[in-house]
Amino acid sequence: MDFAFLADVGERLLSGVPLTLELAGTSLGLGLVIALILAPMLHSGRPVLVWPIRGFVAAFRGTPLLVQIFLIYYGLGQFRPFFQEIGLWSVFRAPYWCAILALTLNTSAYATEIIRGGLQSVADGQIEAARACGMSRWLAYRRITLPIALRQALPSYGNEIILMIKGTSLASVITLAEVTGIAGQIISQTYRAIEVFACAGAIYLVMNFVVTRLVAWLEHRLSPHLRAAPDLVRSIPV
Amino acid sequence: MSSSGLVDLLGFGPGGWGAPLLKAALTTTALSIAGFFAGAVLGGLAASARLAGGPLSAAIAYGYSTLFRGVPDLLTIYLLYFGGSAGLTVVGQWFGAQGFVGLPAFATGVVALAVISGAYQAEVYRGAYLAVHRGELDAARAFGMSRSTMLRRIVVPQVLRYALPGLGNVWQLVLKDSALVSVIGLVELMRQAQVGAGSTREPFAFYCTAAVLYLMIALLTGALFRHAERRSLRGIRIV
Repeated sequence: MDFAFLADVGERLLSGVPLTLELAGTSLGLGLVIALILAPMLHSGRPVLVWPIRGFVAAFRGTPLLVQIFLIYYGLGQFRPFFQEIGLWSVFRAPYWCAILALTLNTSAYATEIIRGGLQSVADGQIEAARACGMSRWLAYRRITLPIALRQALPSYGNEIILMIKGTSLASVITLAEVTGIAGQIISQTYRAIEVFACAGAIYLVMNFVVTRLVAWLEHRLSPHLRAAPDLVRSIPV
Repeated sequence: MSSSGLVDLLGFGPGGWGAPLLKAALTTTALSIAGFFAGAVLGGLAASARLAGGPLSAAIAYGYSTLFRGVPDLLTIYLLYFGGSAGLTVVGQWFGAQGFVGLPAFATGVVALAVISGAYQAEVYRGAYLAVHRGELDAARAFGMSRSTMLRRIVVPQVLRYALPGLGNVWQLVLKDSALVSVIGLVELMRQAQVGAGSTREPFAFYCTAAVLYLMIALLTGALFRHAERRSLRGIRIV
C-alpha cells in the first residue's frame, strides 16, 4: 500500500468537494422551488396545465442526464448570436452555469413527480375536515395538505438528493473539476484506478451517509404522531 | 437551418446521419440488455449471499451493493476501464506487447453496467424475497420439496413477480447509464451523436435526436415491462 500516494490523491480529491456540493446544493434548491410550483399544477388535473408538465417530466426523466448536459452546453451554443443579442451569452458559455441549468431541470422533473405523489397520498378526509373547520382552500392547502404531502415525500426526496450528488459527477465531462473530474484526471495520468477509486468512493460514501442520516433525522422529527407515546409513568423518577 | 436541410442531415439519403444514428441506438439497446442481464446474475448472487450466506459473504454483498449504489456511475466506469486496461497492459507485456493495451469498449461497458445495475438489482431481489409469504415456504417444505425444487417452483417465480416493478426502474436506469459508456469510446447513441455534432457543427439537432431516440427506447421498453407486470399478476385475484 502506497500511503503517500493515497494521501496525495485524497488531498487533491477533497479540493473538488466544495464544487460538488455547490453544484448539488444549488440545483437541488432551485429544482425544489420549480417542483413546488409544478407539482400542485400537475395535481390540479387541469389538462392545460397537466399535459405540458407531463411532457416536461417525461422528457427529463426519460433521457440520460449526459444528453441533457450536452444539449444545453453544446447544443445551445449553436444559437450564440441569439443569446448574445438578449445578453445571456455569458451564462450559456460557462460550463458551470450550463451544468447548474441541466442539473436543476433534471432534478425539478424528478422532484415534481415525488411531490405530486406526496400530494396524492393526503387523505381526502383530512382536507374535508380542514374545510369543515372553516379554513379557506388556500389556508387548508398551506396548513394541512402541503405539510402532510412534504412529510410523505421526504423518503423519496432523500433518494433524489443522493442521485443528484452522484449526478454532479457528469459536470466533469464539460470540464468542471469536481471530485469525479479530478479522479478521472488522476486515473488517466497514473493508471492507478483502484487507489483513486477507493479515495473518491470514500468521499462520495461519506457525503451520502451524511445526507441519509440527516433525512432520517428529519423524518423522525416530523413524525412524532406516528410513534408510540412515551411511557410517562415509568419516565417519572421515583 | 432550413427544415429540408434538417431532413437531409438526419435522413437516410447519402450524407444523412439517420442510418448511423439508428445503428447506434441498436448498440445502446444491445449494451443495455447485456448489462441488465449480467447485472441480474450479480444481483441474484449478492441477494442470495445476504439472505442465506455466511456472515462474511453477507458482509461482502452488503458492501458491494452499498458501494456501487453510492458512488457515481461515471467513476465506476473509469475504475473498470482504466483498472482493467492497466491489468491487461501488464499481461500484454508478458507476451511482448508494447505500450498501453485498452480493453474492448463494448465488453467493458457491459461489465460496468452489470456491476452498477447488479448493486441495485440485489436490493430489488432481496426485497422481493422478503415479500414472499413465509407460509408458502412452510407449505412447500411440508410437501417434502427439496431445497432446489422449492427454489425453482416456489421462490424464483414469486420473487420475479414481486421484483418486476423494481426491475423496470433498474432497467430505465441502465438504459440511461449506457450513455456514460460513451466516455470510454464505444460508439453507442451518445457517442454517435457527439461524432455527428462535431463533424456537421449541428450539435443541437444531433443531441435532440439522441434524446428523442433514448425517450423512444425508454417508452417502448417501459410498455414491455408494464405488459410483463400485468401478465405476472394474471393469477392474482384483485379484491
